[in-house]
Amino acid sequence: MKKWLWVALIVWGVLLGQAEVAAAQEPTPSDDEVNAVARQLYCPVCENVPLDVCPTEACKDWREQIREKLAAGWSEEEIKAYFAAQYGDRTLAQPPRRGFNWLAYLIPLALMLLGVGVVVRILWTARRSQSQAALPMVEEERLAEIESALRRQGE
Amino acid sequence: MLPEVGYGALLVAFLVAVYGILSSLMAVWRNSATWLRSALSAMRLTWPLITVSLACLLILLVRGDFQVSYVYNTTSLSMPLYLKLTALWGGQAGSLLFWGWLMAGFASLAALRNWERDRELLPWVIVVTLVTLAFFVGMVLFSADSNPFVRFWQNRSGQPLAPAMFRSADMLPLVPWDGRGLSPLLRHPGMIIHPPMLYLGFVSFVIPYAFAMAALITGRNDARWIRITRRWTLVAWLFLSIGLVLGMRWAYDVLGWGGYWGWDPVEVAALNPWLSGTAFLHSVMIQEKRGLFKRWNVFLITMTYGLVIYGTFLTRSGVFSSVHAFAQSDLGPAFFVFIAVMAIASLGLIFYRWEALRSEGQLTALFSRETVFLLNNLVFMSILAVCFWGINYPLLSELVTGQKVTMGPPFYESTVGPLLALLLLLMGIAPLTAWGRSTWKTLGRSVWRPALLAFLLVVALLLGGVRQPGALLGFGLAALVGFVTVYEYGRAAWMRHRTQGESALLALWQLAGRNRRRYGGYLIHLGVVLMSLGVIGIEFFQSETQGLLRPGESLEVSGYRLTYQSLAQFDAPDGRNVTRAVVGVEKNGRFLGEVYPRRDYYYESQQPMTIPGLRSTMEDDVYVILVSWQPITEDGATFKVYHNPLVNWLWVGALVFLLGSLVAIWPESGNVVKSA
Repeated sequence: MKKWLWVALIVWGVLLGQAEVAAAQEPTPSDDEVNAVARQLYCPVCENVPLDVCPTEACKDWREQIREKLAAGWSEEEIKAYFAAQYGDRTLAQPPRRGFNWLAYLIPLALMLLGVGVVVRILWTARRSQSQAALPMVEEERLAEIESALRRQGE
Repeated sequence: MLPEVGYGALLVAFLVAVYGILSSLMAVWRNSATWLRSALSAMRLTWPLITVSLACLLILLVRGDFQVSYVYNTTSLSMPLYLKLTALWGGQAGSLLFWGWLMAGFASLAALRNWERDRELLPWVIVVTLVTLAFFVGMVLFSADSNPFVRFWQNRSGQPLAPAMFRSADMLPLVPWDGRGLSPLLRHPGMIIHPPMLYLGFVSFVIPYAFAMAALITGRNDARWIRITRRWTLVAWLFLSIGLVLGMRWAYDVLGWGGYWGWDPVEVAALNPWLSGTAFLHSVMIQEKRGLFKRWNVFLITMTYGLVIYGTFLTRSGVFSSVHAFAQSDLGPAFFVFIAVMAIASLGLIFYRWEALRSEGQLTALFSRETVFLLNNLVFMSILAVCFWGINYPLLSELVTGQKVTMGPPFYESTVGPLLALLLLLMGIAPLTAWGRSTWKTLGRSVWRPALLAFLLVVALLLGGVRQPGALLGFGLAALVGFVTVYEYGRAAWMRHRTQGESALLALWQLAGRNRRRYGGYLIHLGVVLMSLGVIGIEFFQSETQGLLRPGESLEVSGYRLTYQSLAQFDAPDGRNVTRAVVGVEKNGRFLGEVYPRRDYYYESQQPMTIPGLRSTMEDDVYVILVSWQPITEDGATFKVYHNPLVNWLWVGALVFLLGSLVAIWPESGNVVKSA
């Protein structure tokens, strides 16, 4: 009886140990986890194709690379930085905000501000002339009615 | 024989266009009606001539005359007839010829209108239109890349020579036994009508542009050019809209990435003229009603047309793949010069008439229909600023730093999203404001009911479990626009019903007939509301999952259960190998049906195509993609599944949009149709 107890204990111990080993090993990241990163990256060879949907063999390999990095405990940001360093900034979904690339963000902003400035100026002039009483405009419907009435008379 | 005839007819068309320009200028110089009549005849003649050329190319395509390089590159023996015909716009050279043909069609149409009252505009309309036409036809004629009639030759010892248009003494025809076939990407019903619609939209903007320029040159700076071209502009805009929507549908059905709009530079290049065109359609109303913003309107139509040409240049010269393709293709520099000349001439004219284009009055109030339209223009221009820069910055970056960059969805969506919300808000307010002067009190009186309804809807959604603030805001604004529009329409119909005793339905119908532009516009707004539901659905509620399945195993996404049943591989008669999976769709334990995601491999072009299996309802789409599979063993296949809520509303909304545009374009009832 005692012998059996020992065997049971040893077996239990071995199983426990194995379970611990298994727990220490990273589980393989799922396709969804890989795609969550790949979606934010762009295929380095095809034009403007996100990596998660690119059907080429090369992109399949790149997705596997992401899986390996994730398994090795890399963070999303680290993987993105790795791809940018390895294959250029074009693998990122938008240019990184530094140096020359600031132009990508500042020019539209400047254009928008210019537009806002112009509109504000127009409204400012309007406000000043607001004191002059404006004639009420005729409603479109009313105008159409009058026009068609005139036409009927003309016929 | 046919290639020579096609090329010859095109050459004659080119010469006729040049003649038309010169005789039109003569007509102005000599003030001669004879020269003008001659120029008009020239403009009418271009279309039949290019039609002959186009017919030659079509016959070559259908006959499968593979000695012609264009036929070889875009068709093959196994292709069905309709694809052989659509191969006309399946490649660069054919597209340009097709483009020229459409433009000539519009030019001829414009030439046929009644010019009695606008005689002084005519010569300049002819000049502007024919210069553009001559440029496009000239490119097809004189650029080796863009001539669709170039043929393959060999020398007497059987060695292939460079493709050439004409045969010299020591050349023998070289006829490949089969062609390479149309790119599989283009073998979709959506692709068959998408390019013609887009091109129609593009080229028809030449007419309002030509009139605007003619008005500037002749100094007729009133709103006449706008009134004449109102319907042309709407037609152009409608075609452009249809083209864009069809492109979205095509992307959804064929590209296999679960969405319809990926902010690809080619898409954005086509969107840009639509943005400025839409701004134009709104702001011309201010000029017609109040005589304001004349400079801005001329500038807007110039910009729209410039964006059309620039977009064509960007997509046709290959600069998107590499800036350096610009110099390699002989199209690039020619296009560039044309755009520069056009821009300088147009801006020069606007500047020349700067003082004459002064507004007739002033804005009379801070809050009025005019100011709301002004803000509308500001928002459209802001979106355009982002979109224009988004396709141009990568070119600049590559040119200056040598570094290629991608402008993906995050770049656009962070700015365009809020701007679209603002646009919805303006769309909700605008119909309730008055021209000239509006007060917050009257706005409040008419807006509170729709606003309350929209608010209640948002609360209901919140209680129903919708938590994303962006989605709630989007739904709320869309609901506001929808309710305001229906309320406005309903109120006007009710008035007629009461005062004129018409039945409610007749009143609705009569209203649309009375002021087609306004009520067509309302319908368009309703279409936009429905479309925005689809956009919100996919932007905020799309979910996806991917996994390797053995037959019998399932994936789950958003309450759906997708079970991989079987896989089959077979050759289709049109030269492709099809790998097709059968996937069962279940929801809450109830079997709903099967979808068939597949991968088509085209032998001729060696290109794979990923065609999703789609189960589509008004509530949501289940979109299944076959990612990869193990060919021999039963190891299983990888599937990617998207759950796209509400996306069908996008297409429904597009139909309403189309209907609204047609109502707006239709001639006013009771009005003798004046030719214009």
